Amino acid sequence: MDPYALKTLNAERRARRAAILVTDLGDGRDRIVREGDPVAGDLGAAIAKAFRTGNSGSVEAEGRTFFLNAHLPQPRLVVIGAVHISQALAPMARIAGYPVEIIDPRTAFATPDRFPDVALHAEWPEDVLKRQPLDSYTALVAVTHDPKVDDFALKAALDANCFYVGALGSRKTHAKRVERLLALGATADQIARIHAPIGLDIGAASPAEIAVAVLAQAILAFRSRGLDAKGAAA
Amino acid sequence: MENSIYLDEARDPLIIAEGWMKDGKDVAIATVVETWGSAPRPVGSHLVIDADGNFHGSVSGGCVEGAVVTEAIDVIDSGKARMLEFGVADETAWQVGLSCGGRIKVYVERLG
Repeated sequence: MDPYALKTLNAERRARRAAILVTDLGDGRDRIVREGDPVAGDLGAAIAKAFRTGNSGSVEAEGRTFFLNAHLPQPRLVVIGAVHISQALAPMARIAGYPVEIIDPRTAFATPDRFPDVALHAEWPEDVLKRQPLDSYTALVAVTHDPKVDDFALKAALDANCFYVGALGSRKTHAKRVERLLALGATADQIARIHAPIGLDIGAASPAEIAVAVLAQAILAFRSRGLDAKGAAA
Repeated sequence: MENSIYLDEARDPLIIAEGWMKDGKDVAIATVVETWGSAPRPVGSHLVIDADGNFHGSVSGGCVEGAVVTEAIDVIDSGKARMLEFGVADETAWQVGLSCGGRIKVYVERLG
């Protein structure tokens, strides 16, 4: 392995950015490909697939055998709002492989008693996200219903290009939210990325069912990164 | 909690390999490039080895690491990468089997 490739790979991994180490198994030469780097042909198609799935493997291209080692950051969910939906969402998401952090400055909601075994911050999103910035391998789910708590985080999620941004609320609530986000400087294209009403349309009624709809929508967003979104409701 | 979102730098084989390199050590990197059946470690897993035989990470559940380390020291000496194959009751090539019944292919290369 090229020492420079190893250094570059580790730097990308530390920064929570996706990278693939491409090794020609014939001559041992290797190079790092970052997400969005253009690679043509069959090799490029295999690389795009590896970025999407996170699966490593060998590929035949250009009469050679390449090994693609995909290094994707651990995807995670940041939930704004220590509410009933979040109580169901946190354990489900963890089981699905998406660790969860919950942020809610309302100390009556954000209690360890209500959220055992979850990373919980009884603080304003502004303060937590300054320490732990959002990134493109983070999903942001805003469910407080309170603009004072949700809006900053939503704007931050759009700016950080979170792979999924969802916000609880009716179409009417969301229309008002759009006005506020525009006033905060978000663009119309950015705002169009927000899933609201939140969750896949599975007719969810209870908080736990809404959590299933949200988790499914976040997984769909993650696994269709770089593709046209398929089957996304809301 | 499982699935930490940050690298576990003290146990991450590629971070350790970079550290060894900075310390001036000769290093080999072994990577699982293919698996069949119930292989214990997924494709892409690493074992990193220095010239003294110290190692971190894994390419199996501990069944074949010893053989990989031995090969890796040769690879460090020669600079030539090797493809190793291990399988259940594999008496032909390496005389080291995977008790789990799977088969794996491991690419061993020198760093630099």
